Amino acid sequence: MDPRRKMPAKAPPPNERRDWLSLMARSAPDRLARVLPDLPDHDLLRAPETGNVMVQGRVSATGAPFNIAEMTVTRCSVVLSCGTVGHGHVQGRSRSHARRAAVIDALMQTGAAATLTPQLRAMEAEAQAATTERAAKAAATRVEFFTLQRGEDT
Amino acid sequence: MTALTGGFADPAIQSAQGFRVLMQAMARPGTIHDLALAVPPAPLGRAAGTVALLLADPTTPLHLAQGHDAIRDWLAFHAGCPLVGPDRAALALGRWDDLLPLDRFAIGLPDYPDRSATLIVALDRLEAQGARLTGPGIRDQVSLSLPDIAPFRANRALFPMGLDFILTCGDRIACLPRSTVVEDA
Repeated sequence: MDPRRKMPAKAPPPNERRDWLSLMARSAPDRLARVLPDLPDHDLLRAPETGNVMVQGRVSATGAPFNIAEMTVTRCSVVLSCGTVGHGHVQGRSRSHARRAAVIDALMQTGAAATLTPQLRAMEAEAQAATTERAAKAAATRVEFFTLQRGEDT
Repeated sequence: MTALTGGFADPAIQSAQGFRVLMQAMARPGTIHDLALAVPPAPLGRAAGTVALLLADPTTPLHLAQGHDAIRDWLAFHAGCPLVGPDRAALALGRWDDLLPLDRFAIGLPDYPDRSATLIVALDRLEAQGARLTGPGIRDQVSLSLPDIAPFRANRALFPMGLDFILTCGDRIACLPRSTVVEDA
Protein backbone atom coordinates (compact mmCIF):
# COMPACT_ATOMS: atom_id res chain seq x y z
CA MET A 1 0.00 0.00 0.00
CA ASP A 2 1.17 3.51 -0.71
CA PRO A 3 2.35 4.92 2.63
CA ARG A 4 1.68 8.46 1.41
CA ARG A 5 -2.02 7.75 1.06
CA LYS A 6 -3.82 9.74 3.70
CA MET A 7 -6.60 8.38 5.82
CA PRO A 8 -9.98 9.80 4.81
CA ALA A 9 -11.00 12.82 6.85
CA LYS A 10 -14.55 11.56 7.37
CA ALA A 11 -15.61 8.09 8.39
CA PRO A 12 -16.22 6.04 5.23
CA PRO A 13 -19.70 4.59 4.61
CA PRO A 14 -20.54 1.14 6.02
CA ASN A 15 -18.66 -1.52 4.08
CA GLU A 16 -19.24 -5.15 4.93
CA ARG A 17 -16.19 -6.39 3.08
CA ARG A 18 -13.96 -3.93 4.91
CA ASP A 19 -15.44 -5.13 8.19
CA TRP A 20 -14.80 -8.83 7.60
CA LEU A 21 -11.30 -8.16 6.25
CA SER A 22 -10.57 -6.08 9.34
CA LEU A 23 -11.91 -8.82 11.61
CA MET A 24 -9.78 -11.50 9.93
CA ALA A 25 -6.70 -9.27 9.94
CA ARG A 26 -6.83 -9.09 13.72
CA SER A 27 -7.89 -12.71 14.30
CA ALA A 28 -5.79 -15.48 15.80
CA PRO A 29 -4.75 -18.22 13.35
CA ASP A 30 -6.31 -21.11 15.29
CA ARG A 31 -9.57 -19.20 15.80
CA LEU A 32 -9.92 -18.50 12.06
CA ALA A 33 -9.04 -22.12 11.31
CA ARG A 34 -12.14 -23.17 13.25
CA VAL A 35 -14.30 -21.03 10.93
CA LEU A 36 -13.03 -22.81 7.81
CA PRO A 37 -10.93 -25.89 8.62
CA ASP A 38 -10.69 -27.21 5.05
CA LEU A 39 -9.95 -24.84 2.20
CA PRO A 40 -11.82 -25.34 -1.11
CA ASP A 41 -9.97 -25.53 -4.42
CA HIS A 42 -8.19 -22.31 -5.25
CA ASP A 43 -5.15 -20.94 -7.07
CA LEU A 44 -2.63 -18.49 -5.73
CA LEU A 45 -2.49 -15.08 -7.42
CA ARG A 46 0.08 -13.85 -4.96
CA ALA A 47 1.79 -16.43 -2.79
CA PRO A 48 1.77 -15.66 0.96
CA GLU A 49 4.51 -13.14 1.74
CA THR A 50 5.53 -11.34 4.91
CA GLY A 51 6.39 -7.68 5.18
CA ASN A 52 6.18 -4.57 7.34
CA VAL A 53 3.38 -2.05 7.36
CA MET A 54 3.67 1.38 8.97
CA VAL A 55 0.75 1.82 11.32
CA GLN A 56 -0.62 5.32 11.62
CA GLY A 57 -2.59 6.79 14.46
CA ARG A 58 -4.19 10.09 15.35
CA VAL A 59 -3.94 11.97 18.64
CA SER A 60 -7.33 11.49 20.35
CA ALA A 61 -8.44 9.76 17.12
CA THR A 62 -9.04 13.12 15.42
CA GLY A 63 -5.68 14.92 15.32
CA ALA A 64 -2.99 14.87 12.66
CA PRO A 65 -1.88 11.36 11.67
CA PHE A 66 1.48 10.19 12.97
CA ASN A 67 3.42 6.97 12.60
CA ILE A 68 3.11 4.69 15.63
CA ALA A 69 5.31 1.78 14.60
CA GLU A 70 5.80 -0.85 11.96
CA MET A 71 4.01 -4.15 12.34
CA THR A 72 4.59 -7.49 10.70
CA VAL A 73 1.90 -8.38 8.18
CA THR A 74 1.46 -11.38 5.88
CA ARG A 75 -0.60 -11.03 2.75
CA CYS A 76 -1.95 -13.43 0.16
CA SER A 77 -4.29 -13.29 -2.84
CA VAL A 78 -6.20 -16.24 -4.25
CA VAL A 79 -8.72 -16.95 -6.97
CA LEU A 80 -11.41 -19.60 -6.51
CA SER A 81 -12.29 -22.05 -9.26
CA CYS A 82 -15.37 -19.88 -9.98
CA GLY A 83 -13.10 -16.90 -10.68
CA THR A 84 -13.77 -14.90 -7.50
CA VAL A 85 -10.68 -13.10 -6.21
CA GLY A 86 -9.96 -12.83 -2.50
CA HIS A 87 -7.29 -10.89 -0.62
CA GLY A 88 -6.03 -11.61 2.86
CA HIS A 89 -3.86 -9.38 5.04
CA VAL A 90 -3.23 -10.68 8.56
CA GLN A 91 -0.99 -9.66 11.44
CA GLY A 92 1.93 -11.93 12.14
CA ARG A 93 3.93 -14.31 9.99
CA SER A 94 1.54 -17.24 9.52
CA ARG A 95 1.32 -17.99 5.81
CA SER A 96 -1.51 -20.47 6.18
CA HIS A 97 -3.45 -17.88 8.17
CA ALA A 98 -3.10 -15.30 5.36
CA ARG A 99 -4.12 -17.89 2.81
CA ARG A 100 -7.19 -18.88 4.80
CA ALA A 101 -8.18 -15.23 5.21
CA ALA A 102 -7.90 -14.72 1.44
CA VAL A 103 -10.03 -17.78 0.72
CA ILE A 104 -12.67 -16.66 3.22
CA ASP A 105 -12.69 -13.19 1.65
CA ALA A 106 -13.35 -14.79 -1.73
CA LEU A 107 -16.02 -17.15 -0.34
CA MET A 108 -17.78 -14.24 1.38
CA GLN A 109 -18.36 -12.76 -2.08
CA THR A 110 -20.08 -15.95 -3.23
CA GLY A 111 -23.07 -17.98 -2.07
CA ALA A 112 -21.00 -19.46 0.74
CA ALA A 113 -21.36 -16.17 2.61
CA ALA A 114 -24.65 -17.40 4.09
CA THR A 115 -22.92 -20.14 6.10
CA LEU A 116 -19.76 -18.16 6.86
CA THR A 117 -21.38 -14.94 8.06
CA PRO A 118 -22.78 -16.37 11.37
CA GLN A 119 -19.39 -17.87 12.19
CA LEU A 120 -17.61 -14.58 11.52
CA ARG A 121 -20.24 -12.79 13.61
CA ALA A 122 -19.53 -15.19 16.47
CA MET A 123 -15.81 -14.58 16.08
CA GLU A 124 -16.41 -10.84 16.14
CA ALA A 125 -18.50 -11.14 19.30
CA GLU A 126 -15.72 -13.14 21.00
CA ALA A 127 -13.14 -10.56 20.00
CA GLN A 128 -15.37 -7.77 21.26
CA ALA A 129 -15.90 -9.58 24.58
CA ALA A 130 -12.16 -10.10 25.00
CA THR A 131 -11.53 -6.42 24.34
CA THR A 132 -14.20 -5.37 26.81
CA GLU A 133 -12.88 -7.73 29.48
CA ARG A 134 -9.35 -6.46 29.06
CA ALA A 135 -10.55 -2.86 29.19
CA ALA A 136 -12.52 -3.61 32.35
CA LYS A 137 -9.47 -5.15 34.05
CA ALA A 138 -7.43 -2.12 33.09
CA ALA A 139 -10.13 0.28 34.25
CA ALA A 140 -10.15 -1.34 37.69
CA THR A 141 -6.53 -0.31 38.23
CA ARG A 142 -6.97 3.16 36.83
CA VAL A 143 -5.67 6.03 38.92
CA GLU A 144 -7.19 9.48 38.57
CA PHE A 145 -4.84 12.40 39.19
CA PHE A 146 -6.33 15.75 40.04
CA THR A 147 -5.03 18.90 41.65
CA LEU A 148 -6.22 19.79 45.10
CA GLN A 149 -6.43 23.37 46.15
CA ARG A 150 -2.93 24.79 46.37
CA GLY A 151 -1.56 26.92 49.15
CA GLU A 152 -0.92 30.19 47.28
CA ASP A 153 -4.59 30.63 46.23
CA THR A 154 -5.85 30.91 49.79
CA MET B 1 -9.52 -17.26 -15.32
CA THR B 2 -9.30 -13.68 -14.17
CA ALA B 3 -7.02 -11.06 -15.64
CA LEU B 4 -4.87 -11.13 -12.49
CA THR B 5 -3.10 -14.44 -13.08
CA GLY B 6 0.38 -14.71 -14.51
CA GLY B 7 2.55 -12.74 -12.11
CA PHE B 8 5.85 -14.04 -10.77
CA ALA B 9 5.35 -17.35 -8.98
CA ASP B 10 8.49 -16.79 -6.90
CA PRO B 11 9.01 -13.01 -6.90
CA ALA B 12 12.39 -12.85 -5.15
CA ILE B 13 14.14 -15.44 -7.32
CA GLN B 14 12.46 -14.56 -10.60
CA SER B 15 13.01 -10.84 -10.15
CA ALA B 16 16.73 -11.43 -9.64
CA GLN B 17 16.93 -13.75 -12.65
CA GLY B 18 14.98 -11.38 -14.86
CA PHE B 19 16.89 -8.32 -13.75
CA ARG B 20 20.14 -10.05 -14.57
CA VAL B 21 18.94 -10.71 -18.14
CA LEU B 22 17.71 -7.13 -18.46
CA MET B 23 21.01 -5.69 -17.25
CA GLN B 24 22.94 -7.88 -19.64
CA ALA B 25 20.71 -6.81 -22.52
CA MET B 26 21.16 -3.13 -21.64
CA ALA B 27 24.94 -3.57 -21.31
CA ARG B 28 25.12 -5.20 -24.75
CA PRO B 29 22.79 -3.04 -26.86
CA GLY B 30 21.14 -4.75 -29.79
CA THR B 31 21.66 -8.31 -28.59
CA ILE B 32 18.51 -10.41 -28.33
CA HIS B 33 17.77 -12.22 -25.07
CA ASP B 34 15.00 -14.54 -23.93
CA LEU B 35 12.96 -13.15 -21.04
CA ALA B 36 9.57 -14.70 -20.31
CA LEU B 37 9.01 -15.15 -16.58
CA ALA B 38 5.53 -13.64 -16.33
CA VAL B 39 2.40 -14.48 -18.29
CA PRO B 40 0.46 -11.21 -18.65
CA PRO B 41 -3.01 -11.03 -20.17
CA ALA B 42 -3.37 -10.20 -23.88
CA PRO B 43 -2.39 -8.03 -25.68
CA LEU B 44 0.82 -7.72 -23.67
CA GLY B 45 3.65 -10.06 -24.68
CA ARG B 46 5.41 -12.18 -22.09
CA ALA B 47 8.69 -10.30 -22.38
CA ALA B 48 7.01 -6.89 -22.14
CA GLY B 49 4.99 -8.03 -19.12
CA THR B 50 8.09 -9.41 -17.41
CA VAL B 51 10.02 -6.17 -17.96
CA ALA B 52 7.08 -4.18 -16.59
CA LEU B 53 7.03 -6.28 -13.41
CA LEU B 54 10.81 -6.01 -13.06
CA LEU B 55 10.93 -2.22 -13.35
CA ALA B 56 7.56 -0.89 -12.19
CA ASP B 57 6.69 -0.31 -8.55
CA PRO B 58 4.72 2.35 -6.62
CA THR B 59 7.52 4.90 -7.15
CA THR B 60 7.67 4.64 -10.96
CA PRO B 61 4.81 6.39 -12.79
CA LEU B 62 3.96 4.38 -15.88
CA HIS B 63 2.31 5.57 -19.08
CA LEU B 64 0.16 2.89 -20.66
CA ALA B 65 -0.33 3.49 -24.38
CA GLN B 66 -3.82 3.09 -25.81
CA GLY B 67 -4.89 -0.43 -26.67
CA HIS B 68 -3.53 -1.80 -23.40
CA ASP B 69 -6.43 -0.96 -21.10
CA ALA B 70 -6.98 -4.67 -20.48
CA ILE B 71 -3.84 -4.88 -18.36
CA ARG B 72 -4.56 -1.94 -16.04
CA ASP B 73 -5.83 -4.20 -13.26
CA TRP B 74 -2.99 -6.66 -13.79
CA LEU B 75 -0.37 -3.91 -13.44
CA ALA B 76 -2.12 -2.38 -10.45
CA PHE B 77 -2.20 -5.73 -8.65
CA HIS B 78 1.29 -7.02 -9.45
CA ALA B 79 3.32 -3.80 -9.81
CA GLY B 80 1.24 -1.18 -8.01
CA CYS B 81 2.59 1.56 -10.28
CA PRO B 82 0.62 4.79 -10.76
CA LEU B 83 -0.65 5.27 -14.32
CA VAL B 84 0.06 8.77 -15.63
CA GLY B 85 0.28 10.80 -18.83
CA PRO B 86 3.42 10.62 -21.01
CA ASP B 87 4.94 13.86 -19.68
CA ARG B 88 5.24 12.56 -16.11
CA ALA B 89 6.05 8.93 -16.89
CA ALA B 90 9.26 7.21 -15.83
CA LEU B 91 8.20 4.14 -17.79
CA ALA B 92 6.05 3.78 -20.87
CA LEU B 93 4.51 0.59 -22.20
CA GLY B 94 2.85 0.03 -25.53
CA ARG B 95 3.17 -0.69 -29.22
CA TRP B 96 5.63 1.43 -31.19
CA ASP B 97 2.96 3.28 -33.18
CA ASP B 98 0.97 4.05 -30.03
CA LEU B 99 4.01 5.49 -28.23
CA LEU B 100 4.77 8.02 -30.98
CA PRO B 101 5.51 10.93 -31.00
CA LEU B 102 8.45 10.43 -28.66
CA ASP B 103 8.84 14.11 -27.75
CA ARG B 104 5.99 13.70 -25.27
CA PHE B 105 8.28 11.83 -22.88
CA ALA B 106 10.76 13.25 -20.38
CA ILE B 107 14.35 13.22 -21.66
CA GLY B 108 15.94 14.41 -18.42
CA LEU B 109 17.81 17.61 -17.63
CA PRO B 110 21.42 18.47 -18.50
CA ASP B 111 22.41 18.15 -14.83
CA TYR B 112 19.96 15.28 -14.12
CA PRO B 113 19.93 13.16 -17.31
CA ASP B 114 18.57 10.24 -15.27
CA ARG B 115 15.17 11.96 -14.96
CA SER B 116 14.15 10.52 -18.28
CA ALA B 117 11.67 7.90 -19.43
CA THR B 118 12.36 4.28 -20.33
CA LEU B 119 10.12 2.96 -23.10
CA ILE B 120 9.04 -0.69 -23.14
CA VAL B 121 8.09 -1.19 -26.78
CA ALA B 122 6.06 -4.10 -28.15
CA LEU B 123 7.10 -4.97 -31.71
CA ASP B 124 5.80 -7.47 -34.25
CA ARG B 125 9.26 -8.65 -35.17
CA LEU B 126 12.66 -8.50 -33.52
CA GLU B 127 15.55 -10.02 -35.43
CA ALA B 128 19.28 -9.55 -35.73
CA GLN B 129 19.12 -7.85 -39.11
CA GLY B 130 18.41 -4.36 -40.33
CA ALA B 131 19.74 -1.15 -38.83
CA ARG B 132 23.44 -1.02 -37.91
CA LEU B 133 24.19 -0.26 -34.26
CA THR B 134 27.52 0.94 -32.89
CA GLY B 135 28.63 2.53 -29.65
CA PRO B 136 29.41 1.63 -26.03
CA GLY B 137 28.89 -2.05 -25.24
CA ILE B 138 29.08 -3.09 -28.89
CA ARG B 139 32.18 -4.68 -30.35
CA ASP B 140 32.41 -3.57 -34.02
CA GLN B 141 28.70 -3.47 -34.82
CA VAL B 142 25.41 -5.37 -34.47
CA SER B 143 22.27 -5.41 -36.58
CA LEU B 144 18.76 -5.14 -35.21
CA SER B 145 15.38 -4.88 -36.90
CA LEU B 146 14.15 -1.46 -35.73
CA PRO B 147 10.68 -0.11 -36.56
CA ASP B 148 12.25 3.18 -37.69
CA ILE B 149 15.66 4.87 -37.87
CA ALA B 150 15.10 8.62 -37.61
CA PRO B 151 13.59 8.75 -34.07
CA PHE B 152 16.53 6.77 -32.66
CA ARG B 153 19.04 9.01 -34.42
CA ALA B 154 17.29 12.09 -33.05
CA ASN B 155 17.34 10.50 -29.59
CA ARG B 156 21.10 9.85 -29.85
CA ALA B 157 21.64 13.52 -30.74
CA LEU B 158 20.20 14.52 -27.34
CA PHE B 159 22.96 12.69 -25.44
CA PRO B 160 23.54 12.75 -22.45
CA MET B 161 19.81 13.36 -22.24
CA GLY B 162 17.36 11.16 -24.10
CA LEU B 163 15.19 8.07 -23.86
CA ASP B 164 16.18 4.44 -23.32
CA PHE B 165 14.33 1.70 -25.18
CA ILE B 166 13.57 -1.88 -24.25
CA LEU B 167 12.30 -3.54 -27.43
CA THR B 168 10.19 -6.65 -26.93
CA CYS B 169 8.59 -9.17 -29.23
CA GLY B 170 6.86 -12.18 -27.73
CA ASP B 171 9.40 -13.82 -25.40
CA ARG B 172 12.45 -11.83 -26.54
CA ILE B 173 13.97 -8.48 -25.65
CA ALA B 174 16.73 -6.24 -26.96
CA CYS B 175 17.77 -2.94 -25.46
CA LEU B 176 18.69 0.32 -27.12
CA PRO B 177 20.14 2.83 -24.64
CA ARG B 178 20.54 6.47 -25.60
CA SER B 179 24.29 6.00 -26.10
CA THR B 180 23.88 3.72 -29.12
CA VAL B 181 24.47 5.14 -32.61
CA VAL B 182 21.87 3.96 -35.13
CA GLU B 183 22.57 3.99 -38.87
CA ASP B 184 21.00 2.56 -41.99
CA ALA B 185 22.29 -0.88 -42.90
